[in-house]
Amino acid sequence: MASGVRPRVKVPRSASAGETITIKTLISHQMESGQRKDSDGNTIPRSIINRFVVDFNGENVLDVKMEPAISTNPYFEFEAKVPESGDFHFTWYDDDGSVYEDTQTIEVS
Amino acid sequence: MKRMALTAAIALLAAPALAGGADDDTLVVNGEIEMTTKADAPDHLEGALDQVISGWHFRSDETQQLQTDDFENQGMIFVDAAYDAWNTVEGTEEKSCASCHDSPEDSMEGVRAVYPKWNEEAGEVRTLAQQINACRTERMGAEPYGYTSGEMANMEALISVQSRGMPMNVAIDGPVRETWEQGKEMYYTRYGQLELACASCHEQNYGNYIRADHLSQGQTNGFPVYRLKNAKLNTTHARFKGCVRDTRAETFQPGSPEFVALELYVASRGNGLSVEAPSVRN
Amino acid sequence: MQFTRRETLALGAGAALMTVLPYRANAAVEDFVNEFTGGAEVAEGGVDLIAPEIAENGNTVPIEVAAEGASAIMVLAAGNPTPPVATFNFGPLAGASRAATRIRLAQTQDVIAIAKLADGSFARTSSLVKVTIGGCGG
Repeated sequence: MASGVRPRVKVPRSASAGETITIKTLISHQMESGQRKDSDGNTIPRSIINRFVVDFNGENVLDVKMEPAISTNPYFEFEAKVPESGDFHFTWYDDDGSVYEDTQTIEVS
Repeated sequence: MKRMALTAAIALLAAPALAGGADDDTLVVNGEIEMTTKADAPDHLEGALDQVISGWHFRSDETQQLQTDDFENQGMIFVDAAYDAWNTVEGTEEKSCASCHDSPEDSMEGVRAVYPKWNEEAGEVRTLAQQINACRTERMGAEPYGYTSGEMANMEALISVQSRGMPMNVAIDGPVRETWEQGKEMYYTRYGQLELACASCHEQNYGNYIRADHLSQGQTNGFPVYRLKNAKLNTTHARFKGCVRDTRAETFQPGSPEFVALELYVASRGNGLSVEAPSVRN
Repeated sequence: MQFTRRETLALGAGAALMTVLPYRANAAVEDFVNEFTGGAEVAEGGVDLIAPEIAENGNTVPIEVAAEGASAIMVLAAGNPTPPVATFNFGPLAGASRAATRIRLAQTQDVIAIAKLADGSFARTSSLVKVTIGGCGG
């Protein structure tokens, strides 16, 4: 599933120090549940993103354990505190070992 | 609790809607694109409909909300994918879309709103999908996309985004008239073992329940549409095919002259509604 | 009609299984809860779960969970083939212990949220989501 997976992340460009901001993320992924069968009646093996981690300047914001009940093209909305200027680092971990990453910079005034 | 605030705002705006009927919410995307989701029906619908209504109004508040922000609208993932395709050189002519059309923001504004339209050179009515494939085969020397394929749906969505908020304005007179009349004829023809015409559901019964679902007017202004059901973009002709199949009829093929004519007619029934694609539906 | 002893036993076992089956899903849910809480007591309320009363399609159901000061919130779907949905662990830079996502629900069922609160205690709430079947297959 490593092909065609693309993250989409919305982080404000700037904030004031200590402000709480809202972040939204989307990533394209089939999230094959392991519950479906193909036309021959064989179970399609599970293949999902099983973990999503958000860090800011090396400190953790959110760490999600994801199960097959998360919908195709996973979406998350959550809040983060921004103490200083820096980088948000987003990481999605795939069952197949693939890792998808994105980084967004925010300026704190 | 931003979501709670938004939900409350939608609830306040909503008049007590009849079960299944169109609600009175307003659709603003990204806090800036104000969509016309209800409009006076175009003149050619006199006696049939007074008002044309986007399918957005027939959905639940939760589904409606997914279309209000491009980072909640999962269809936008596929628009991103189409940007890559737009810039990819393919075919014997070693061209990409960008080779001729530069950036879609500059070249594709307003395009979606007027399709299907007459192509003078070819002497035929063309859908946007047919025009995309004409570019691919004639200009790029590349293989055409499958008519209802993901690649096609994505490219249609990328082109449609450049017209979001603009009113649908499909021409029905002049050289397209004969095709338009053919499409109108089809719209009112009963098909299949269930003997249903498009009009049976989408003109005479919109707002009513079909099983646990609400029938819309079957407008095309939101296509390609991201469906929660299959979590991908769906094209107009794939929807037509599904509808005709559900009447228990042999369906026409996507891209067939019949479906091209039907698309032209159905699109013209939505003249005045904003282009919404990629919309989000259940 | 006559049954052999073996057939009668089999029938009895089948009936017993049918009686037990509906409760198995709930037992599985409690197992997951215990795994999360370490068997600690769980108070009702104290965690917010926003989910639609009626989901237009079970494939993509928007939900949101929040609990003030919580370090983690686990979401379970009691009527799914496998109940776990997600566990949100909030780090030191979380702006609030709140998250929204979209989940799959196989049928009408209770969605359950359990929060580990700042003082180490646990809180639980649930919400019934009705999953409807669309009008047309296409």
